[in-house]
Amino acid sequence: MISHLPILQVVLPLLAAPACLIFVRARSIWLFTCLACLLTFGISVALFLHVSDVGPLSYEVGGWPAPWGIEYTIDSLSSYVLLLVSAIAAVVILAANSSLGPELPERQQPAFYVLFLLCLTGLLGIVATGDVFNVFVFLEVSSLATYALIALGRQRQALWAAYQYLIVGTIGASFFLVGIGFLYALTGTLNMSDLSERLVEVEQQQLLAVAFGFVVVGIALKMALLPLHGWLPNAYAFAPSIATTFLAASATKVSLYLFIRLYYGVFGAETVDALLPVSIVFLLLGIIAVLAASLVAFRQSDVKRMLAFSSIAQIGYMAVGIGVGSTLGLQASLLHLFNHAFIKGALFLAVASVVYRTGSSQIDAFRGLGYRMPWTMAGLVLASLSLIGVPLTAGFVSKWFLVLAAIESGLWVVVLIVLVGSFISLFYLWKIVELAYSKSDSEASRNEAPPLMLIALWVLVIANIYFGIDTRLTVGASASAAATLIEGAPW
Amino acid sequence: MDFFNYWVVIALMMTGLYIVMAQQNLVKKLLGLNIFQTAIFILYISVAKVLGGTAPIYTESATLYSNPLPHVLILTAIVVGIATMALALALVVRIHGAYGSIEDDEIRDRSKQ
Repeated sequence: MISHLPILQVVLPLLAAPACLIFVRARSIWLFTCLACLLTFGISVALFLHVSDVGPLSYEVGGWPAPWGIEYTIDSLSSYVLLLVSAIAAVVILAANSSLGPELPERQQPAFYVLFLLCLTGLLGIVATGDVFNVFVFLEVSSLATYALIALGRQRQALWAAYQYLIVGTIGASFFLVGIGFLYALTGTLNMSDLSERLVEVEQQQLLAVAFGFVVVGIALKMALLPLHGWLPNAYAFAPSIATTFLAASATKVSLYLFIRLYYGVFGAETVDALLPVSIVFLLLGIIAVLAASLVAFRQSDVKRMLAFSSIAQIGYMAVGIGVGSTLGLQASLLHLFNHAFIKGALFLAVASVVYRTGSSQIDAFRGLGYRMPWTMAGLVLASLSLIGVPLTAGFVSKWFLVLAAIESGLWVVVLIVLVGSFISLFYLWKIVELAYSKSDSEASRNEAPPLMLIALWVLVIANIYFGIDTRLTVGASASAAATLIEGAPW
Repeated sequence: MDFFNYWVVIALMMTGLYIVMAQQNLVKKLLGLNIFQTAIFILYISVAKVLGGTAPIYTESATLYSNPLPHVLILTAIVVGIATMALALALVVRIHGAYGSIEDDEIRDRSKQ
């Protein structure tokens, strides 16, 4: 049974998506989707435990042995990211039924659940597969579902945001396709572990550089690294709140995973850096992203947009971790990838609750909410503390490792950037908190968010605190993943 | 002219990318995107060609075949491209309904209102 889990992880949500349409009422579809997400989460837990106890797991799709057939490989890194994505999906979907109520007409809600499951399929597939062309297919599965999810937003700008993301996202995926086309022409293989062995023997260094360039730019577009982030703010601001929550917590993280997998695991960081200055570019772009996006976030009046820019800044931290180039730096990136998913999930879910009650995500709508929605706002405050990086929260752990990595490599400027970035995030989050706890003119009665949204929010908030105190799971898994990747052995 | 196919690929790719960036009309942008994707398909098919090789169908008379794998990959990519185009055109129809225009600049103006 355990040997079939890698494929079940992906096939289960894929089959659940069309199966949703057996049901007629949106509520039954939601319950069914919850069940599918819970099962998917269960599979990822089983995989994670298996991989940490026994070791990597490989699955040959259709019984064709690799490198001819498509291979699914689950090692410590992929099981760690699978666990994260499926956990986020299972928590977020709990809140979906309540949150969608005022945001999407009942007859369109089935489409949301189908798209949600397809998007989850794509994201899990990217992580599970060991074949670069298969990655492209799953990248497009998740992207197409994402475009449609964004277009479900209430305002007409959602359509415009979806269209713009579609153009940019398709160009990104096409770049990736060109890159792996060159790699195939050079090596004659698409299997990742086979590719990593054969790339060493390639003699046409110039073509290799072009291939790496296409792949890196394609993935950087998908993960919204600073100059390529243009699609993200509108997409996050206008998508249905619950879709934003899921995407912000998982989609860019999976792209980052893909980059780490290819850059370290398949191409080899040293091979790439000999041809292209990827790590320096990531370091510089990451630093600019942290500073610029944080400052822009401070100026936003829409909280969803503010958090979207904050996400771009946080991607910057992860890029800086990769740019530092050491094992510790990579570990910091992997930790932040995990922790930031819970932080942003919690923050966007709190905003979704506010949108549910007030119908707006403008910052003015938060006035006095600390008294009207005390539990929601308490969750928002705790998640904000975690984003800033206050000790005993998850955000502190990852920033601490990033600072350690920077000191180890003697990059004092990075230490400074982390501190300044955290300081700016304190300011923009304080704007929300201050308004939320100031007395409003019209004293409305207590009007808390629906119970399921609160439960989902607090699961994420408690995860933030739990992973800030008990770091065995995150630090252990990221340390073993980073060590395996840096040593150059992909699996 | 040894690399004729690849020159065509580069020309088409750049044409497509230029149209995506320069055109204001949403449908024309999609046409550019389509040309860009088609160039990639030709790239893969050109890589697959083995000089003197025949179509990868097993017969007694042939000993040299072209590589069939990129053909299969591109069949997949074509399907993905069609799905993308269908979704994009559906979005354009909805945008036209919501904004009354499919021109980039007009939509930007009306978005701000």
